[in-house]
Amino acid sequence: MTDIEARPTPWHLDDLVIRFAGDSGDGMQLTGDRFTSASALFGNDLSTFPEFPAEIRAPAGTLAGVSSFQVRIASHEISTPGDAPTVLVAMNPAALKADLHHLVPGGIVIVNTDTFDERNLTKAGYAANPLLDGSLDHFRLVEVPMSSLTADAVAPLGVKPRDADRSKNFFALGLISWCYSRPVEGTITWIEQRFAKTPLVVASNRAAFTAGYNFGETTELFDHAYTVPAAKLPDGEYTNITGNTALAWGLVAAGQCARLPVFLGSYPITPASDILHELAKHKNFGIRTFQAEDEIAAIGSALGAAFAGHLGVTTTSGPGVALKGETISLAVSLELPLLIIDVQRGGPSTGLPTKTEAADLLMALYGRHGEAPLPVVAAYSPPHCFDAVIEAARIALKYRTPVIVLSDGYLANGAHPWKLPDVSTLPDISVPFATELNHMRADGEMEFWPYLRDPDTLARPWAIPGTPGLMHRVGGIEKEDGSGNISYTPENHERMVHLRADKIAGIAKDIPLVEVVGDADADLLVLGWGSTWGAIKAAVDTVRARGKRVAWAHVVHLSPFPANLGDVLRRYPKIIVPEMNMGQLCKVVRGEFLVPATPITKVQGMPFTAAELVIAIEHALAKELS
Amino acid sequence: MSDTVALTTKKDWTSDQEVRWCPGCGDYGILTAVQMLMPEFGVAPENVVFVSGIGCSSRFPYYMNTYGVHSIHGRAPAVATGIAVARPDLDVWVITGDGDGLSIGGNHLIHALRRNVNLTILMFNNQIYGLTKGQYSPTSEQGKVTKSTPYGSLDQPFSPLSVALGAEASFVARTHDLDRKHMMAIFKAAHDHRGASFVEIFQNCNVFNDGAFEDITARDNRASMLIDLQHGQPVRFGADSERGVVMGTDGQLRIVNVADVGVDALLVHDMHRQDPSLAFALARLARDVHSPTPVGIFRAVDRGEYASDVSAQLLAASASKGPGDLATLLRSNGTWQVG
Ligand code: SF4
Repeated sequence: MTDIEARPTPWHLDDLVIRFAGDSGDGMQLTGDRFTSASALFGNDLSTFPEFPAEIRAPAGTLAGVSSFQVRIASHEISTPGDAPTVLVAMNPAALKADLHHLVPGGIVIVNTDTFDERNLTKAGYAANPLLDGSLDHFRLVEVPMSSLTADAVAPLGVKPRDADRSKNFFALGLISWCYSRPVEGTITWIEQRFAKTPLVVASNRAAFTAGYNFGETTELFDHAYTVPAAKLPDGEYTNITGNTALAWGLVAAGQCARLPVFLGSYPITPASDILHELAKHKNFGIRTFQAEDEIAAIGSALGAAFAGHLGVTTTSGPGVALKGETISLAVSLELPLLIIDVQRGGPSTGLPTKTEAADLLMALYGRHGEAPLPVVAAYSPPHCFDAVIEAARIALKYRTPVIVLSDGYLANGAHPWKLPDVSTLPDISVPFATELNHMRADGEMEFWPYLRDPDTLARPWAIPGTPGLMHRVGGIEKEDGSGNISYTPENHERMVHLRADKIAGIAKDIPLVEVVGDADADLLVLGWGSTWGAIKAAVDTVRARGKRVAWAHVVHLSPFPANLGDVLRRYPKIIVPEMNMGQLCKVVRGEFLVPATPITKVQGMPFTAAELVIAIEHALAKELS
Repeated sequence: MSDTVALTTKKDWTSDQEVRWCPGCGDYGILTAVQMLMPEFGVAPENVVFVSGIGCSSRFPYYMNTYGVHSIHGRAPAVATGIAVARPDLDVWVITGDGDGLSIGGNHLIHALRRNVNLTILMFNNQIYGLTKGQYSPTSEQGKVTKSTPYGSLDQPFSPLSVALGAEASFVARTHDLDRKHMMAIFKAAHDHRGASFVEIFQNCNVFNDGAFEDITARDNRASMLIDLQHGQPVRFGADSERGVVMGTDGQLRIVNVADVGVDALLVHDMHRQDPSLAFALARLARDVHSPTPVGIFRAVDRGEYASDVSAQLLAASASKGPGDLATLLRSNGTWQVG
């Protein structure tokens, strides 16, 4: 890029949190995403937190229409997108009003002054112009007329004034790229590819980006450029990945590890739809994606595919899991492998569809009719979604059981660098199909018993259609132990209920023990699950650096629990359980292990900040044991 | 999978399970018809799957010596779609009833028909809920007095064929449980059709709705009350084929005496007509089961079959992009090297 000038050496920062905020139509997600990609390729550790409204286009200029993208980049390993941004880019008054409270005191506010007219100020609910009334005195205000500068930059290209405004997010991206010394070539190439179909848009976005970059360079608004040097991550090849992409790729990998074709039955639902979108692209992996007529058909088709010998999967969010409940119970009864992926969001009902929550745990564990236990695996970071889904598939296939995988909106859309695994080292999770008759009748004839169990795993044989001689019928009616024939006898039902429960409980022998991080003689154990991992990690590190003795256990397998969980819990006088719900895991461990665990809850549609958990831990430590 | 199939007999298709329908139930006749028909297809039992929902008819798979899934109330088309899409090599049948398929499972049924998944769907229509002991169903006539409608039902009934034709099903037919030969002919045509085939079977529930179809299906009534549709033939019926169907200038179908209008005025049945409206008009000819009622194949048209189209997309993707490579996929969003 010849029209961007060489620059003096920037000053170093270790850690930077930027929040891009604008109207839903302003392209803030794209801008944030692009900044993230540039930083990823630059070698920073990073973590992102996109936040957008449930409405596709809420009225322009209103608070309801604000869409934000927070990204943290660092020269060291990080686990959260940052409690508070140090830089806020506000494209209009509503964005400023909605997001200013996140900013650290003294932080930098970069505003697009062109939008601060009376109409927009009124729409955002400002009585006076905050750029003039001194209310931003505690921040460093940088005023840039981004709309008009963008219009000037693209005018020579013949772009209509109306369309010119669409490029202003690239002006902002160019400006921030200068401020924080992001490499520009990648972004230029990306603009060329992304908008290739409309050359005028390529030209206009490129011009806006360059203008923004040069504006930083030539004006004196910024005393100096900064950079965040690359992080010293463990050696390896990295990519930047969101939880939903990791789940989708994990499913592709699971199919390969299992040597089975993948069948995804799904119905669109926020925030899980991206898994369907991603998998639908990869038909050359032999993956069948079926957009069903509803949530029930989505899981019904996946269960049918499982009966037919595929790795059956359904992806959804909480409301969808509720609808699928009856079929999940059938899968428990049929004892067929099936993955149910729940990307949780704020509930009940439609709740906060674009915001995160982790309040489906009890539904995952217990939300079915009848005694219907099943394994539950929870992902804890965007990259971990990949491993979690392979692990869930391993359990489902080996034990012929539906498995629920829990993710949430925060993991789904947040991105994190991921050290790519060597695909040749991924586990072999394949299982054999039954091909032989397995039971001798009294008359000496051999026959096939679909419910004759493996003595170790208690799994039943998986005989798929097309296998000669093993024709059998399965159904939701209670089956006779062994033969699988319909049976209504009381003793048999009780035996089957116990067998199904024992099978799931027995999986505890086949999963890793829960690891405890931190001090063996700690006064307090933090017990976590799911996406609280990042904030807990940061908080525990902080508190321990202050000399306090704290231990932390993060549970991936929520059913059955790791075999040592009870022992671990009983080792510590105090236990706190931070959860994005009203204390669901806490309730379960109190009930199961009779330990005095205390819930730390947050249900704001937002993840915990590290600071909130530091306070929670320090309070718990300070509290007298009762 | 077996390529060559040994000749089978009805016995090979009969499971060892005791059939538990009420004595005299119409379901027995349907089961026999299917079991007698299966050997004609030259397919091995292991390559056949029967899928059902919940209801009396849905016990059907247990009695077939094939693979089978007795699933959830209303959900059989969804489960069967998964099987058929995953494994286009299999021969997949759906057994459902009027409550299962048109009430709780109506959505799945219309979507399976719309997509044209290669399924043979047999709907046992007995106009009543049998398994739950006698409530009115979505095909019960208005005013039906049952346990749940002691003052008579208020809802207008569904015509299963209207629903299927409304979903533009590519194969739509009707038969009844008292005529094994007719059933076998219709089932065979339904099975041989590529895509979703929908067959309504008038089925007598002798416990909760005995004689519901007697006016039209009793041996002595058939000639005058069943209009057996034959492709390419004028639509006529009666012991001496003395009655027929004509289309009036208003587009309405009417029953006439052939002698009054002449043979040439009769409607000629064309089951391959792409436009389903004439089939729909035939399906609406009898507003209840007490007047002359068409049976046979109403519609049989060719259109893309869903499961094979899905497979074709996979093959096309592999051909154009090459078979998927996981290591490449994981690098598709750009990578960077540390160390
Ligand atoms: S209740 Fe009716 S439909 Fe059900 S088995 Fe008995 S006779 Fe047949």
